[in-house]
Amino acid sequence: MSKNKRLQDFEKVIHECVKCGVCQVHCPTYQAEKKEGAVARGKIALAAALLEGQAGLEERLQEDISMCLMCGSCVDKCPKKVPTNEIVGAVRREITENQGLSRIGKTVSTLLGSKVLMKTLSKSGAVLSPLVLKKIPETSGLRLRFPLALMKDRTVPKIAYRNLFDRIPEYTEGDSDKPIIGFFAGCSITYAYPEIGEHMVAILKRMGYSVYLPRSQKCCGIPALSSGDGKLVEKLSEANVAAFADKDVQYIITACASCNGGIGEYYKTMKADYGDFTAKVIDFSVFLQQQGLFEQLAGMDKWPERVKVTYHDPCHLKTQGITKEPRQLLQALPNVDFVEMDHASSCCGLGGTFSVYHYDVSKAIGARKIPGLKESGASRIATGCPGCIMQLQDSINHAGLQVKAVHILDLLAQALGK
Amino acid sequence: MDEQIVQELIEIVGEKNVSTAQADKITHSYDATQEVHLPDVVVYAARVEDVSSIVKLANRWKIPVLPRGAGSGFTGGTLPVHGGIVLVLTRMDRILDIDTENLTAEVEPGVVTGELQRQVEKLGLFYPPDPASKEFSTLGGNVAECAGGPRCVKYGVTKDYVLGLEVVTPTGEIIRTGGKTLKNVVGYDLTKLFVGSEGTLGIVTKIILKLIPKPAAKKTMLVQFETIAGAAQAVSAIISAKIIPTTLEFLDAATIDCIRDVSTISLSADCKAILIIEVDGEAQLLDEQAEQILSIISPFGILDTRIAATDKESEEIWQVRRIVSPSLGKINPDKFNEDIVVPRSKVPDMICALEKISMDYDVPIVNFGHAGDGNIHVNVMVDLREHGMADKMIKVMDEVFAAAVNLRGSISGEHGIGTSKAKYMSMELGAETIGMMKKIKNVFDPNNILNPGKIFEDTSLQTAGK
Ligand SMILES: Cc1cc2nc3c(=O)[nH]c(=O)nc-3n(C[C@H](O)[C@H](O)[C@H](O)COP(=O)(O)OP(=O)(O)OC[C@H]3O[C@@H](n4cnc5c(N)ncnc54)[C@H](O)[C@@H]3O)c2cc1C
Ligand code: SF4
Ligand code: SF4
Repeated sequence: MSKNKRLQDFEKVIHECVKCGVCQVHCPTYQAEKKEGAVARGKIALAAALLEGQAGLEERLQEDISMCLMCGSCVDKCPKKVPTNEIVGAVRREITENQGLSRIGKTVSTLLGSKVLMKTLSKSGAVLSPLVLKKIPETSGLRLRFPLALMKDRTVPKIAYRNLFDRIPEYTEGDSDKPIIGFFAGCSITYAYPEIGEHMVAILKRMGYSVYLPRSQKCCGIPALSSGDGKLVEKLSEANVAAFADKDVQYIITACASCNGGIGEYYKTMKADYGDFTAKVIDFSVFLQQQGLFEQLAGMDKWPERVKVTYHDPCHLKTQGITKEPRQLLQALPNVDFVEMDHASSCCGLGGTFSVYHYDVSKAIGARKIPGLKESGASRIATGCPGCIMQLQDSINHAGLQVKAVHILDLLAQALGK
Repeated sequence: MDEQIVQELIEIVGEKNVSTAQADKITHSYDATQEVHLPDVVVYAARVEDVSSIVKLANRWKIPVLPRGAGSGFTGGTLPVHGGIVLVLTRMDRILDIDTENLTAEVEPGVVTGELQRQVEKLGLFYPPDPASKEFSTLGGNVAECAGGPRCVKYGVTKDYVLGLEVVTPTGEIIRTGGKTLKNVVGYDLTKLFVGSEGTLGIVTKIILKLIPKPAAKKTMLVQFETIAGAAQAVSAIISAKIIPTTLEFLDAATIDCIRDVSTISLSADCKAILIIEVDGEAQLLDEQAEQILSIISPFGILDTRIAATDKESEEIWQVRRIVSPSLGKINPDKFNEDIVVPRSKVPDMICALEKISMDYDVPIVNFGHAGDGNIHVNVMVDLREHGMADKMIKVMDEVFAAAVNLRGSISGEHGIGTSKAKYMSMELGAETIGMMKKIKNVFDPNNILNPGKIFEDTSLQTAGK
């Protein structure tokens, strides 16, 4: 039996949609396209038609279903809490499995097939040296996002020559009276932004914790989920749950909002016994707040030269209600002047693999962040998700602003000094 | 659908704005009534010339055209009940001008109400009409339905703010009505005729709106009452004291039962009615006004009064009002939501009449709404799977509307007639009045192209062919 929910499992909630249209306000793809097929309400109507077995839906249905970042913004504000992001995931899996409907298959899932991918990648030697590439597992979500690197005009991070696993030992011993914290780094941090991972470990160590960074951890599964590869999601979830079972970890900390949404939120919806694992998953900002770090920081002398920093809400934190902690952390930092921006909570536009096949829409969604960012006068936009950092920097570069997208942990590490 | 028509449409707006794909038909087949009628073709237009060409084409082919905004209508206004072309206007969404000297704004119809409000408020101005759907409904849809909201007690409804329009008539001419001035008596007031015409007399492609200065401050109060009668008397007392608050919203006992568990503000077990009262104006006058109101209503059995001191607390009070709609499903799965309106002094009588209907037919009726302007949202909550319930509902609705009309009220305050209420029109309007309206429709739209099957019950107007 599949561990992922099937479309049928959503039949009841699909019929709970009252067609009010509230989701239009919160859906980034609708805001960019102003088209009913792009909004949650439209996708739910299509999912309902699919369940009824209506014929003749293939092509446009796939296009509409592809027009979703699975960000969950609609769910948050829906009076009926219809989980459109999960429903879209189920439809995509249905499409991938069902050979009759395989247009998304062509645009997205084939990126999974390593042969096609390898062929494309081999043309991009300049960006990805084969040596580096060899170290990125076949199943990594980064591979699904790699085509980004080939896209014209696209700002992408360099893949680090020495990844996080080369830099940090699997187990770092802390004080004997402090528990072990598991660190789920995720592909982006492990391979593209290992410094963020180093900061995370350094801070935990400083607080006296032992840190366990199991080598057997895999991609969280969000890119595979977004491209409709249910089998791969299943495989990854099993591997990740197993990876942290070897040690008695008190928490499994993440510094990547997408990963948190994957191993925390998505695994919760799976038909599997993952409760013990998902209960331990915690975002770094929530963890640091619980440990009283914010008060400590607030007690430090403010630096005379501070940078003006604003904050972008990653969808995967926002939809869990984690909006205060990251802001409080930034406000407490002695090296930072925190300012709010308009549209702080609107999606950056990356969305799993969305950006790969809808780069124009993705760019349009990203561009919506720019006026607010400009008005805020900030020189840094901080966030808690490396995916957002990459996309925000791309939008900023297109707009020609002199702003840098950073991780909150970069600023925290700076404040604490090495 | 004739392939030739599709070809001609493509010539007008381009291939990517025309679709006959089944999936597109499905996603343009509904509105907030949850009824479903598939169109024959979906078209997105972005220019007035294109709208005009499409309407002319429709006249040639005798095929219906359905203007569509956000599709948040509650009476089926945008549903293609006779098939045809759904013409989507959401991409005509530019704010063309905000004139801070003349206090006007000029917008395209696809602009979302809340977005205009935010933009004008940045400039110290105010566009008051505030339907609960303002964050997603379009101004074109608001004009077509003459939308209203809580603030209308003091500030009036959409029609009070429309100064001029650009309209594509049902035969495809582009006309302009009214203008940028507050006064204008040149010829018939076609502007007012188009406002509230539910997309049956013309397609609005540009709107000139009146703006007012933004009130300096506001004060929000939530008052809990022992009885619904007490709350109703309080409303009458406020109005007869010649005080016009910005909003005067009420929730009845059944509504309160639905939200008690989810409300962040604690609601007493004895509380049988709530009034949410807001006043606005110069900050220093507000305290006095609030006190005056509270002293006027003090004899009517008040359990608790909460006055918001900050914007955040005010938001918290409004949240109580906003959770109402989504919380109702708890009683029964099927909701019949009507928005009758009675003269303000008759609100207590209407509430009594509704209580009686609820008892007589043994169906739960949940009431809340805009007490200050007599607009009551009547929600009859039933389970249609129950044997005989559908027939019973027909009688219940008849009685609800009859009660409103008997009190010299009206069967719809905000949502319009569309398809949902067409058959009740004759309760309120005489045959001559309806006849005159039909004649007007006929003059504007001889081929019955624009939004056929709406407002008027019988389709004795020739139905548009396919
Ligand atoms: C949750 C919720 C709350 C609501 N609250 C309120 C409320 O408080 N007050 C209120 O008044 N209404 C309310 N409504 C109803 C609805 O939002 C309004 O009627 C709104 O004005 C409809 O706008 P729309 O853009 O969604 O129009 P649509 O539903 O798309 O269309 C409505 C009608 O307008 C016509 N139309 C649309 N655009 C044009 C145009 N450019 N030219 C000519 N005709 C056009 C259509 O043909 C149709 O007949 C609510 C609806 C919902 C779902
Ligand atoms: S907000 Fe929820 S209930 Fe309303 S239309 Fe969207 S999905 Fe449906
Ligand atoms: S998950 Fe995001 S992109 Fe998808 S329908 Fe909901 S709000 Fe829109």
